Amino acid sequence: MNYVPDFSIVTDNWIVLMRGLWVTIQIWIPSIVIGLAGGFLLAQARLARSKVIRGTSLVYVELFRDTPVLIQLIWFFYAFPILIGVQLSPYAAALLGLTLNTSAYASEIFRGGIRSIHRGQMEGALAIGMTRAQAMRRVILPQVVKRMLPAFTNRTIEVAKMSSLASVISVHELMYQGRLLSSTYYRPFEILTAVAFIYFVLIYPGTFLAGRLEKHLARSN
Amino acid sequence: MAGKPILETKALHKRFGDHHVLRGIDFTVEPGERVAIIGGSGSGKSTFLRCLNFMETLSEGEVWLDGTRIGVERKGTVTYPEKQLCQVRERLGMVFQQFNLFPHMSVLDNVMEGLVTVKRMSRPEARRVAEAELAKVGLSEKHDAWPGRLSGGQQQRVAIARALSMQPEILLFDEPTSSLDPELVGEVLRVIKQLAEEGRTMLLVTHELGFAYHFATKVIFLAHGVFHEVGTPDEVLKNPRQARTQDFLRRFGEFAF
Repeated sequence: MNYVPDFSIVTDNWIVLMRGLWVTIQIWIPSIVIGLAGGFLLAQARLARSKVIRGTSLVYVELFRDTPVLIQLIWFFYAFPILIGVQLSPYAAALLGLTLNTSAYASEIFRGGIRSIHRGQMEGALAIGMTRAQAMRRVILPQVVKRMLPAFTNRTIEVAKMSSLASVISVHELMYQGRLLSSTYYRPFEILTAVAFIYFVLIYPGTFLAGRLEKHLARSN
Repeated sequence: MAGKPILETKALHKRFGDHHVLRGIDFTVEPGERVAIIGGSGSGKSTFLRCLNFMETLSEGEVWLDGTRIGVERKGTVTYPEKQLCQVRERLGMVFQQFNLFPHMSVLDNVMEGLVTVKRMSRPEARRVAEAELAKVGLSEKHDAWPGRLSGGQQQRVAIARALSMQPEILLFDEPTSSLDPELVGEVLRVIKQLAEEGRTMLLVTHELGFAYHFATKVIFLAHGVFHEVGTPDEVLKNPRQARTQDFLRRFGEFAF
């Protein structure tokens, strides 16, 4: 082997990779934020009294959890238009798929978290005259969030990496740009190493901050 | 005493599935009365208390607070609007066996929480009230502590301060000393006694028969879902007429009056 790595290929195409990174962020952040909010609502549905609401949300969650994300993204891009008669842009299909998928996972995280809080907490809050919604917001959720932080951090990391699947439906995100460059220049080693490095730099600060936050929140234990 | 009852139940039933826990309870409390409810475990005494502030939903029957029936009856079915239940719970303070303090809030914030969230008080004003209530239960120096760092007795006193902060008309105590180490029971009972001396209306579910004797104006022995014997502490605890009450007191052993 006398392969000589040449990273100038990376620096020469830096701007292309940065453009891809920007699209990755545009998939990642909204799908996490909307997915978490949707997951919270879904968790409420999973814990609802009505059997119909419980059943529907259960089917939704299992469908998204028990099928490959890759197929979900492709499905939203190719199959969804046939059903609703509207062609989604690759970006919209990827965002939709990852958001719905995240909401299904997040609902399980929330549901587990809410159920892990002792029933007495809800009763303590109701007994001083709070509504269920107030009790949820002031008493239950702050404790759930603290407990769920590690799981949310994991999910956030997963979604950042999963967003690379959007390259399959030709969303011009970081992975897509990396594959395009490597097939153009036949330098997959340098380019994909650089892409991995960029993902790392993107994700690591978040996990670092989440760790600090966890320590801070643990102070009341 | 023939005053107007502040709290009343009529033919109250509670079932958990097939388990018929409360079997038609008629009950009145007048302002200033202190009622001790005793009975074996599983007799339904806690369930009864929890029905009064709707921690449990009634299966049948009525609860009246200050001359108003709780719930809305329409075509034979009764619903309990959340808004009404919140108002009822604000007027009936409850102290739980397991304290149920909010572990993510400081002691002071626990006591301020209802004032700020439910009564919409400003924080400085709520702080003043909460400080006064904590002083009353002897915990002024623990404002900034986390509940998890306190002893069981201290936690229960914070819980009492939290209930008092809402200025309830009636206080419900659900076995307030049952989960405490024996040496911590006294400090909680002292606070309850002090509240009794203020003439508050109180209901206490307890196993502390000796305390019940000195505390109560009325003692109820609950067995098999009904009020088996009701009377003054002397009548029920010293000279019970019912065989089942006598049996219960004997099994509970000696207690000092």
